[in-house]
Amino acid sequence: MSDNSEILLVGGRVIDPFCKMDMVMDIGIANGVITEPGKLKKPKKIKLHGKVIAPGFIDMHVHLREPGNTAAETIRSGTMAAAAGGFTSIVAMPNTMPPADTPGTVEYVRRHAESEGVVRVFPCGCMSKGLEGKEMAALGSLKRAGVVALSDDGRCIQNHELMRHVVEYAASFGLPILDHCEDESFKANGVMHEGKWSVLLGMAGQAAASEELIVARDIILSRQTGGKIHIQHISSLASIEQVRQARAQGINITAEATPHHLALTDECVKRFDANHKMNPPLRSEEDRQSIIAGLADGTITVIATDHAPHTTTSKLVEFDYAPFGVVGLETAVPVCLHHLYHTGVLSLSELIAKFTVGPAEILGFEDRALAIGNPADLTVLDIDDEFTVDATTFKSLSRNTPFDGMSFRGRAVATIVAGRIVHSLLPGSAR
Amino acid sequence: MGDIAWHRKDLLSIYDLESEEISLILDTAEEFKKVSERNVKKVPALRGKTVVNFFVEPSTRTRMSFELAEHRLSADIVNIAADSSSLRKGETLLDTVRNIEALQIDLIVIRHSAPGAPMLIAKNISCGVLNAGDGAHAHPTQALLDLFTIREKKGRLRGLKVTIIGDILHSRVARSNIWGLLKLGAEVTLAGPSTLVPRDFEKIGVRVCHDLRSAIEDADVVNLLRIQHERQRAGFFPSVNEYARFFGLNETTEKYLKPDALVMHPGPINRGVELASTVADGPRSVILEQVTNGLAVRMAVLFLVAGCMNK
Repeated sequence: MSDNSEILLVGGRVIDPFCKMDMVMDIGIANGVITEPGKLKKPKKIKLHGKVIAPGFIDMHVHLREPGNTAAETIRSGTMAAAAGGFTSIVAMPNTMPPADTPGTVEYVRRHAESEGVVRVFPCGCMSKGLEGKEMAALGSLKRAGVVALSDDGRCIQNHELMRHVVEYAASFGLPILDHCEDESFKANGVMHEGKWSVLLGMAGQAAASEELIVARDIILSRQTGGKIHIQHISSLASIEQVRQARAQGINITAEATPHHLALTDECVKRFDANHKMNPPLRSEEDRQSIIAGLADGTITVIATDHAPHTTTSKLVEFDYAPFGVVGLETAVPVCLHHLYHTGVLSLSELIAKFTVGPAEILGFEDRALAIGNPADLTVLDIDDEFTVDATTFKSLSRNTPFDGMSFRGRAVATIVAGRIVHSLLPGSAR
Repeated sequence: MGDIAWHRKDLLSIYDLESEEISLILDTAEEFKKVSERNVKKVPALRGKTVVNFFVEPSTRTRMSFELAEHRLSADIVNIAADSSSLRKGETLLDTVRNIEALQIDLIVIRHSAPGAPMLIAKNISCGVLNAGDGAHAHPTQALLDLFTIREKKGRLRGLKVTIIGDILHSRVARSNIWGLLKLGAEVTLAGPSTLVPRDFEKIGVRVCHDLRSAIEDADVVNLLRIQHERQRAGFFPSVNEYARFFGLNETTEKYLKPDALVMHPGPINRGVELASTVADGPRSVILEQVTNGLAVRMAVLFLVAGCMNK
């Protein structure tokens, strides 16, 4: 994946939360790694005055749909979407068809990512066989096949004893658990957040309590076993409060928030557009505010997209019958710059950390700083570029975004993976 | 019939309507009610128009009422029921209605179990769409006939106290009534078991009450909803008997009502559960008049929507 050409990034503001750096400086790239500018021979110069250079963004929650549903996304299109959104590394969720519960499927994803992918793809393995929540998958073998984490995302292991064993066993292989928290006995076929808007619209609600109960369970199991549990797409006020308290007690719990949960609320569902249907659902304004507060005070250390492609055909149906999920790779950075940085909730460095330091710490990535000798994975931002989202231009094969037609301020204008420019909106760049 | 200030190709929910639009429908329905009282019960208002009654969820009363309204307006009618529809063969709802649209249909009357299905259709095709009930979301013509009946009997809606009792959580009738009543200035109380009457309704200015007596004693109108046995099985209340005991209107609880209170029910009635026969068939009951008025109201909305499409 690395490139032999030399690049010199000139005049950009380098913000690297790994080493708490924020200064204007040049960065050299040679042989796919970060190199001292003085050691380059004849580099291609790229002027980045007024732009921000950050360590490559990581999205630790992506559904690439391959194998199984290549009409919605492929490893090729999903990684192109990631590059277009400013991500250099993504974690591929295992709920493919077949699911990544065996080394063979993990191997398939890795091999295709190497040959077709334009960003780094890190497979995540299943916790339970077939995502059925009944028997533990071969976690050790999955680790050997290259998974960086374990998850039954989309499903949630309901049997607490099995979950405890998974957490204990995974810890011995150094694998973090990424948990989709949902008590399924609470579900009642809910299609949106249970609250004022589900009541007014007459839609079946998904109670926030179903998430909160499993978050409580996970905190208890993490405290008991010492295992590392990461709460995926945290969405409710009470869940976040539990994580805040658990972290204060030193329990090994982390959490991620999605751009859609921090930007939108359940009121959006009143248009009955299934591009507002996802799991967990868009929740109340109070919940949305608590996500923002959790990001601000460090309770939530990661922003992840839960990029969930679905074909237009499958989404253009009755809201009740549409599948859950929205795409997010190509809108995450704009939405977050808009809602978190330009509103003054987070500093630029803090926001960048949610896309870099946060996930790297959980996944055990140790070479992500913009330091000499590290892989040249970089994300270049234009924090003031105003534009309107046009889903028809997405690199993703799917268009199921709730942000289509909305305007944002700021986006990723270039993405560099191992010294190779995989996305660029910079003047003079080939599109 | 005066100047038509109607500009919608669809009637999807009461929530969307301005109070003037609701009043226009009720005024128009008054005129159409006279038609049904004549010897010749047919007018040529929709002659040459084709209406498809597309019932993806079974219905007897609403469908018959719409069909009769269409006949009396001289429309051509096609009926599609869920069983015979190609939806069973895996075709999407939109493909089905696009096929209907391709046959140069003017109006689609849709009943569907999924909330928002009529909105999905209306957004994607050019035919007029009338919502005949979508899941627990909306049932605008039922609310309109209820409003019509109250206005006819009481002379007004503003300031009236209207209590709706029953399974509010799962009721499209309740939701559409609530919006219509609030928009026309009535005061709304919702009553029933706390599991079926969510407190969230208070956020839109409705009173929520779990005691039958205080819910009905100063009511001008009591609208009872059908209680479905499947809710008991889903654990919302312990038994139909207990429901009847605490929330049923019967000889005993009827005594709490004002003498001139109206008793309404969208049908079909569970006699002896939410409503005792003596009350259902008693002097306060306007249940059969609701059915009669439903025809006039549906003629009115078909007429208004079709008229808009001519422009």
